[in-house]
Amino acid sequence: MSMASSHDVSAGTSTVTHRGVDTKGLTPKVSMKNLEFFYGDSRALKGINLSLYANKTTAFIGPSGCGKSTLLRIMNRMYDLYPGQRATGEVLFDGENLLNANIDINLLRARIGMVFQKPTPFPMSIYENIAFGIRLYEKLSRAELDARVETALRRAALWDEVKDKLASSGLGLSGGQQQRLCIARTVAVKPEVILFDEPCSALDPISTAKIEELIDELKQDYTIVIVTHNMQQAARVSDFTAFMYLGDLIEFDVTEKIFTNPSDKRTQAYITGRFG
Amino acid sequence: MATAATSSLYARRRRGDRVATGLAYAAAAFGLGWLILILGVLVYEGIGGLSLAVFTENTPPPGSAGGLLNAIAGSIIMTVLAVLIGTPIGILAGTYMAEYGRHDKLAMIVRFINDILLSAPSVVVGLFIYEIMVAPMGHFSGYAGSVALAVIVIPVVVRTTEDMLRLVPDTLREAAASIGLPRSLMIIRIAYRAARAGIITGILLAIARISGETAPLLFTALNNQFFSTNMNAPMPSLPVVIFQFALSPYEEWQKLAWTGALLITVTVLTLSILARSLTARK
Repeated sequence: MSMASSHDVSAGTSTVTHRGVDTKGLTPKVSMKNLEFFYGDSRALKGINLSLYANKTTAFIGPSGCGKSTLLRIMNRMYDLYPGQRATGEVLFDGENLLNANIDINLLRARIGMVFQKPTPFPMSIYENIAFGIRLYEKLSRAELDARVETALRRAALWDEVKDKLASSGLGLSGGQQQRLCIARTVAVKPEVILFDEPCSALDPISTAKIEELIDELKQDYTIVIVTHNMQQAARVSDFTAFMYLGDLIEFDVTEKIFTNPSDKRTQAYITGRFG
Repeated sequence: MATAATSSLYARRRRGDRVATGLAYAAAAFGLGWLILILGVLVYEGIGGLSLAVFTENTPPPGSAGGLLNAIAGSIIMTVLAVLIGTPIGILAGTYMAEYGRHDKLAMIVRFINDILLSAPSVVVGLFIYEIMVAPMGHFSGYAGSVALAVIVIPVVVRTTEDMLRLVPDTLREAAASIGLPRSLMIIRIAYRAARAGIITGILLAIARISGETAPLLFTALNNQFFSTNMNAPMPSLPVVIFQFALSPYEEWQKLAWTGALLITVTVLTLSILARSLTARK
């Protein structure tokens, strides 16, 4: 392993570095610099420095309230929906700070998609659930649209189950199918990054396995970030893992290293189940 | 196991429970009893007068036979116009409060005023419209009647629209935002769709509410012995005709009043059942 780090995002105040990570051949897709986040007056994230690499899956783990979901929701500016929430610092997405006030949030969200904890199909047909997002940004013929919907559903491993009932409501699907429908909906818009916020916590083990398999396939084309409470899941699906605790990024490293030989005592304690 | 003390406590609680349950049943029976009595009397007195003539002939002069055609037509015309005026205003205001103004002081003020309007006596609404429309225009009119009814429709629609939109989970709003949907489109395409049954129910309930209103029409549309579709002139309506005919000494008029009352009740009942089934199906 070469220790030559061509890209060190942690030149700031944080003690965490990417020193242990061999970043040769990796392109940072999103880089956070001195990122802080506030719910009103209370600070939920403290000086986060972290890079997410293109076509890799990064998992955020840590006990409840550590700020991992908060961190995720900064990247598509979801917090903008709520007054009193604000972020400071920098989050560079392809070189542009996405925290800038003048950034077009809707275009940003089309490029950085999100899949939520609970399946959230729109109250419309399965077909429309997918076509809806595509039509927002592209003018396609009926045939092209049909093809795009099919591709998206295939990517989400849902096509075979729904191809005969595309006109029926998305709300009639099972929980696991609904979640895959949401993944298809996200993929259909052709984002560059997909954020998963505990995507399997409401699903049974079989659906969970399917979604994990999917995430593994999707990283060929997308940069993936997943927040999870399930450490086995983080170990299974991710290339890199970030351990967070009380709003701090404690450790970021190759997933295997985090789960076999973490550098920080707190990471060690968390992954062995001693707290959190 | 149960000691003497706890078992006596338990026995007392059971007695209390029985008394409370008995009182609840009695109260329910009391309320339902009156309702059944009202419906029974209405059907008994009104069904005899129900004939084709009720729907094809106008209200008669005293002492001769006739129907309620002009009153039914007037009621329908004014109700439709009132709903056309009141529904868009109500839905827009409710949308503002649920989607845009959640954290605004203005929304709190609007909600407070709307709640007052919701329970305002309808006679006040009638007098208000009399002052701002009938008096300046110099005559009673169907327009004034419709506006008065619209003032009653608005708070009902505002309230149900806001409540129903608030039931739409925030996760759905976030999901819509997450594919880059602007807020306005999210509301129109996602939130309205998710809340549709509830909002339609609110409109139906508003129609049910105004179809029996008498007081606001007495001061605004007044009445008309003849068939009229001229909204700029006094217009007849079922409730006002019932009011006038029921108080008259003429037997034919009294009979028509009972029939009219039955018609309104059946209409309101149908609308309520329709509204119920709409929300239940969701």
